[in-house]
Amino acid sequence: MSRAALRRQRRARLRARRWGWLGRLWALGTGRFGLLVVAAVTLTALVAAVWTPFDPQQVDLAARWSAPGLDHPLGTDGSGRDILSLLMAGARTTILVAVGAGLIATALGLVLAALGALTTRVVRESVAVLIDILIAFPVLLIAMMISAVWGGSLAVVVWSVGIGFGVNIARVTRPELRRVLHSDVVLAGKAAGLTPVQNLARHLLPHVAPVFIVQLSWGMAVAVLAEAGLSYLGFGAPVTDPSWGLLLAELQQYLTVYPLSVLWPGLAITVTVLGLNLLGDGLREATDPTLRTARGAARAARTHMPEVVA
Amino acid sequence: MIRYALTRTALLLLGLFVASAVIFLTLRVLPGDVAQLIAGTGSTPEQQEAIRARLGLDRPLPLQYLEWLGGLLRGDLGTSLLTGTGVGEELVRRAAVTVPLGILSLLIALAVSLPLGVVSAVRRARADGVALSVGAQALAAVPVVWAGMMLVVVFAVWLGWLPAQGFPREGWADPGAALRALILPALTIGLIEGAMLLRFVRSATLSALGQDHVRAAAARGLTRTAALVRHGLPVVGLSVVTVLGLQIAGIIVGAVVIEQLFTLPGIGRMLVADVAARDLPKVQGALVALTGFVLLVGFVVDLTHRALDPRQRETA
Repeated sequence: MSRAALRRQRRARLRARRWGWLGRLWALGTGRFGLLVVAAVTLTALVAAVWTPFDPQQVDLAARWSAPGLDHPLGTDGSGRDILSLLMAGARTTILVAVGAGLIATALGLVLAALGALTTRVVRESVAVLIDILIAFPVLLIAMMISAVWGGSLAVVVWSVGIGFGVNIARVTRPELRRVLHSDVVLAGKAAGLTPVQNLARHLLPHVAPVFIVQLSWGMAVAVLAEAGLSYLGFGAPVTDPSWGLLLAELQQYLTVYPLSVLWPGLAITVTVLGLNLLGDGLREATDPTLRTARGAARAARTHMPEVVA
Repeated sequence: MIRYALTRTALLLLGLFVASAVIFLTLRVLPGDVAQLIAGTGSTPEQQEAIRARLGLDRPLPLQYLEWLGGLLRGDLGTSLLTGTGVGEELVRRAAVTVPLGILSLLIALAVSLPLGVVSAVRRARADGVALSVGAQALAAVPVVWAGMMLVVVFAVWLGWLPAQGFPREGWADPGAALRALILPALTIGLIEGAMLLRFVRSATLSALGQDHVRAAAARGLTRTAALVRHGLPVVGLSVVTVLGLQIAGIIVGAVVIEQLFTLPGIGRMLVADVAARDLPKVQGALVALTGFVLLVGFVVDLTHRALDPRQRETA
């Protein structure tokens, strides 16, 4: 075989290893459900950015409380706004908050984990204690604290969930980072003359990435719940913005007259959160080599514990 | 055990200190100018100066913090900016709603999750076990507010069994009415918390089933159920204790939202109103009390766990 063919083969094998987890994820019931839900919500948000059946904020008093039908597939609310359009536009807000909070949580989590794992002993241990203390702050309370100062807004939701979940990620990633730090791969990299930064990028980060991405998926589920809860309380999306939580708050006043109108926004939130939670479960199963070989009870025993956010 | 208790106490004190500092710094330093915020946009510099003097904002920051901390140690949580009442007094008064709500929620969560979690683990290969597990997974994704609304629709609007909102004006003078007002809120929080706890109990039971001493007991001639009950469940109970702190924090957060939905005059509703009104000293006091409580619960839970677990007793 020629050298070029060998090189091609090697590259193909590397690619297979890099993307193999995606196939395994799709093969899992949880992973497939999660991927489909996340894709559907993202697609809805993208479509809603350019087109919704009606203008979501358009008031049409003649069409108040229309029953679901051909014109309005999910009916209208108390001021005649099309509920389907509101839900579609709300997906935009949800995605925005989830991605924003995810980015902040990633940055903060990585920095805290790196500080807690790679620095000198005194710094390392203090960061670990700090993480243990900060974990006691529930996301909702952080958000309300910031809202008291700046007033509620989507930015506050993004920051507080980002901070709250960044700490969570750091707590899980830090021990993982320490474990990899003492592994042969990193040692070999050091011996081969890699600088610490090169070693971090080439060996440390790829090894903790699976743990990290799993946490991120669960964190985004928290973000979706927190956005809904805070918008419901009036500290999230401004009333002019479409938001599932806000819609719940608005429809609540008519709960006794039109009880089923709250069904749709609630279902949208639940399915999205369930999708992200299951995606996290699936990702963990697809990327964790020890979990893949474990059978039956031992595998099922390792579920994650979500937290109540709102 | 004593050494552990001392270390854990030090960690608690450190935690309380850090929490108070974080809350103080966020509420006093971040806003830039609290006085301007409180006085409003149309205020004169003199008005702002007066507010600054009243709140003690004109003094150096470390001094302000120490004074506030000293007040906390004496049990003074500060006074409301708007009504002038003590934060501590109002917390105690409103705890009469929130504490029973929290206890009721926790009891419901435990009553749902402990038996069903064990059942779903033992019968994990059968339809009912799988259904329990899937149901809990789905329920854990439901936002608390929406769960509350759906319960209101069924039990208040359609069936008319329970009140949809409100709490008797005279409080616990009529215990029956007060309790009726708390049933739906507690059921909402308890069910969602219970779903999360169920998944935890299920996984703890599954790992207990696989443990050598449980399998050995079954091999010695006990039935699988008897082996699990006698040798497995104590371990499950212990691990449930470890997540109890997390559960109680979750219940507090749930109460903030649920008290809003059911218009209950509790601590959570107070916090929401104060944040909306920017009553910073009151928010500060209430947040310190709440996080302090969460930290204290974690402390008690850790010590209890340590004292109950014979494996840890030996090594200490």
